[in-house]
Formats: sequence, C-alpha cells, structure tokens
Amino acid sequence: MQPAATSPSPPLNEAKTKRNAIRTQTVDSLWGCFFILPQMVGLIIFSLIPLVLAFALSLMSWDGFGERSFVGLDNFMGQFKDPDFRIALVNTLYYTVLTVPTGILAAMLVAVGLNKVKGKVLYRLIYFMPNITMSVAVAVVFMWLFNSDFGLINLYLKDWFGIDGPRWLTDTRFVMPSIALLSIWMGLGGSMVLFLAGLQGISPTYYEAAQIDGASKWQQLRHITIPLLSSTTFFVTIMSVIGSFQVFDQSFVMTSGGPAKASYTLVYHIYDSAFVDFTFGTSTSAAVTLFAMILTLTLLQMKISKRWVHYEE
Amino acid sequence: MKTKALHPSTIALHAVLIIGACMMGLPFLWMLLSALKDLSQVFVVPPKWIPEPFVWSNFKDSLTALPFGRAYLNSFYINVIVVVSQLVTCSMAAYAFAKIKFPFREPLFVLFLATMMVPGQVTIIPLYLMMKNFGWLDSHQSIIVPAALLNAFGVFLLRQFFKGIPKEMEEAAIVDGANRFTIYTRIMLPLVKPALSALGIFTFLGMWNNFFYPLIFLNSPEQFTVPMMLNLYRGMYATDWTLMMAGATIALLPVLVVYMIGQRYIIEGVTLSGIKG
Repeated sequence: MQPAATSPSPPLNEAKTKRNAIRTQTVDSLWGCFFILPQMVGLIIFSLIPLVLAFALSLMSWDGFGERSFVGLDNFMGQFKDPDFRIALVNTLYYTVLTVPTGILAAMLVAVGLNKVKGKVLYRLIYFMPNITMSVAVAVVFMWLFNSDFGLINLYLKDWFGIDGPRWLTDTRFVMPSIALLSIWMGLGGSMVLFLAGLQGISPTYYEAAQIDGASKWQQLRHITIPLLSSTTFFVTIMSVIGSFQVFDQSFVMTSGGPAKASYTLVYHIYDSAFVDFTFGTSTSAAVTLFAMILTLTLLQMKISKRWVHYEE
Repeated sequence: MKTKALHPSTIALHAVLIIGACMMGLPFLWMLLSALKDLSQVFVVPPKWIPEPFVWSNFKDSLTALPFGRAYLNSFYINVIVVVSQLVTCSMAAYAFAKIKFPFREPLFVLFLATMMVPGQVTIIPLYLMMKNFGWLDSHQSIIVPAALLNAFGVFLLRQFFKGIPKEMEEAAIVDGANRFTIYTRIMLPLVKPALSALGIFTFLGMWNNFFYPLIFLNSPEQFTVPMMLNLYRGMYATDWTLMMAGATIALLPVLVVYMIGQRYIIEGVTLSGIKG
C-alpha cells in the first residue's frame, strides 16, 4: 500500500515539502523574534540608547536642569587641564600598578601550590570566599582593621614588634596602598580559579617527560608551567587591569576619596562631577574616556588571544 | 617519592597554604567574633578574639538602630524578582540564539556580546536621566527593570548549554507537532537546570552585593538595599564598631550561605566566563 501512495506524483510532493519548509522557516523566524524580544528590548533601552546618549552628552555642557549647549570636544580637551581629572587618572593608574602585578603573582603562586595538593577543594573554598562578598561589608570590616588607633593591624604591630603603625587610611601616602591591599585580598580568589583552570589544561605528559630528563621542580615550573600558562596570565592581567580601572566602592566607603583626594579615582570623578557638581558633560566625557581605555584593552586581549589559540593548534 | 610518608616539602607547602587561608578567612572571623562583644572588649590590648561574655544583643540592636529589616526585605524581594525574570528572559533568548534559525541571528548575538564590554559607569548617567524621565528615581523599578531585562552574560552562558543539546531531542518533538514554546518549556529548560542554577546564583550574588546602581538611583532610607543601609550605618555609627560588625555580618550572611551551597556552580561559572575570553 505504501509505495503506491507516494510514488505516483513525486513532483507534487516535492513542491509540497518545499512549501512546508518555507512555512516552517517563517514560523521559526517568528518564534525566534518572540524568544529574544524581552532581552532585545532590554538591550536597546538599557544599553544601546544610554550608550548613544553618553556619547552625545560628552559633547555638551549641561547642569541637568538648564539649557544644553553643544561644545564639541571641549569636555575632552578640558580633561587635560582639569586638576580633578588628572588626580583621578593618576590615582587610578597608581592603584592599578599596586594591585595588578602583586595580585597576579600571588594568585599564580597559590594556584600552582594548590593544583595537586590534598584538600584542594577546601583551600579553594576559603581562598575564593572574599571574591564573592559584598564590597561595602568588607570595606566596613577593613576600616576597623586599618584604623590607626584601634585597628588590629596597628595593635599587633605595636604588640609584637613595638612599631607605631602608619595612619593607614588617613595618611595620603598610605591610603592607596591600603585600598590596594583590600582589593588584592578580595580579588585573589577570582584570578586563582582562572589559573587553576589554566593549569588543568596543561597535559601531564610534559611533566612526565621532564621528570624522565631529571628536571627539578623549579625547572618544571620555569620551563613548562609558566610558559604554558602564559595565555591565562595574559587574560587575567587584562581582566585585572580593567577591574582596577573601575575601582570605586572601597574608596567611597572607607575614605570618601580622601584624604586630600589621595584615593579619588576615575569612577569617583564620574560620580562626583555628575551627582555632586552637576556637570553632566564633564562626567560623561570622563566616562567615555574610561570606556575607551577599557575597550582598547579588551580588543587587544581578543586580538592577541586569537593569535595564541592558533599558535597552540 | 612513591611512599605514603609525608614529604617535608609537602608539609611546608601545606604550612604556607594554611597561613594564606588564615589571611583570607580571619577578617571574616574577626567580624563575626567582634559582633558578639561589647564595646569595652574591643579596645583591649593585645586584641582578644574570643568574646567574654557573648553579647548577642548587638544583632538585635543593629537591626533596630536603622530600618535594616526593611533594607533586608527590599533586597530580598528585588532579588527574587530579578533572578526569576532573568532566568526566563535569558533562557528564552539563549534558546533562540542556540537552536532557532531567524534572520540576523549572528549579528544580534555579537551585539549582545559587544555590550558586555561596556562598563556600567559609562551608561549610568544617561540611565539616571532616563529614570528621572520615567519617574522611577527612588523607586525599586529603577533597579529591577534594567536587571530583569538585560544580562548579556546570562544569555551567553545559557546559550553555551543549549548548544550542547543534540538536535534529535528537538526533532522528535517537532515531528510530533509540538511548537517551539512547548519544546522550550518541556524539553529544553529541564535539560539545562544546572546552568539555570548557576545563573541564578550569579545573579543573586551580583544583585545582593551591588552598590553603585542603588547609590545613584535610590534616595530615601526606606527604599535602601542592604549595602546602601550598611553604608548609611557606617556614616552614623562610625565609632560603634561592634554594632557595625553585627551589621556587616547580617549583610554578608546570605552571600556566605549561597556560596557554601553553590560554590561548585560559582567556581565553574567563573572558569567558563574566563575561558570564553
């Protein structure tokens, strides 16, 4: 029965399947639009439009209430002369130099140490914990630890070594290093997890071969682990730099950008010039500058990591 | 090397790792123990770690000194709405990007990925002005709606998981005449449950800890979320360390509980987002 039913008119059937395929395609397209609709609306309203507006505002002078006037690139030119912007930029770069190399070195050492050790999961649990905690709560705790009169750090320095500790958060020389210390403590776990993943990707055969050749642990670290981890290291570096460009919560909560603007960062400047000084043009132009810095790093990362992937293949 | 006896270098390694672990963990322990002291125990030199007697009233006091209970409630209900909406909207978009063919699918997905590069500080001022126009400033809509409708990372994360599901699972259902919506709810969502848990945990942590957006959008203490309230606390009771530590402990508790339960998902998620590059 079956062959008789299908064989007499093949051209007709073919046309029908084709029409069906087109119909399914159209229906599918509609479903696709339906499924992406909520996120698409969110993307347009809460990301694309604000982004365009940010660029537009950065070319204007506006206090939020009165007339908006187009000033071209004046806001960006003004950044070179604006002492607040310069302080913010210098502080942010200083903070980056303080946190990134130390943070990465520490994370890499911990990851290498943890990689094959017993109890790895427990250690990882503890080391990663600061990474997911609330910056405000942690900043409140560290305000006490850093307190020059009653803080744990200075009390122990006095008790154990007889040293009068520095005024961590109220001395212009120590405030950035203190904030950096808190950030390294918070961020170490995140970088460590990425390094652990990188270490998992290194084939054990390299180490076996090195052992047969009589290479010491140090030589293995130096000539196998570090080179093969380089793409992870690069990625973690870029991500840490991007993160450190955006530092805000810690200095806002612990020092309000002080003393004497010594912990006044770029994002603090964006916040301050918009919501304290009501100079929205200055604020958005600083934000666009920050965006340009971050975008450059991201694109660099994408470009170089692509090359690395090819290299490994 | 092959013997079971502990090698001296292994012991040294553990010693170093334990010292490191103490440095990571002790601030939390100090916070918790200090929250149980009264002020007179705080200024003892050398510092005493164990409170004597234990002063439990700090927790009650810090909950009543400012509307902390209210902030807790605010944070919780905002989080529930955002987590649920994100799981729905992100999984819908992710399913479409992974499994349905529609025009401009690839460019649109790239657009989603591209917005992940835009730092929140760039869009915050226009967003503030938009919220002002919507009349949403100082209300929870300003926090909830943008978060509920946009999480490009979530879309990316779930898409990876949907892509891993073999075609045959869907095709059988299509032959049976099921439409896309049925396939999505009945077949696809149950298959990506672990990924949904991961995204839910991430969103919860991110929202609970977020300080920057509430700082800009919210004004009155009744509307504050937990980090905002804790910051207000710091301004008002700066010298009452024990009360502040109690506040910080209360603020961190949900985060630590979620972390303990979901740490496997969290660490896998961090790794995955890292590998993506």
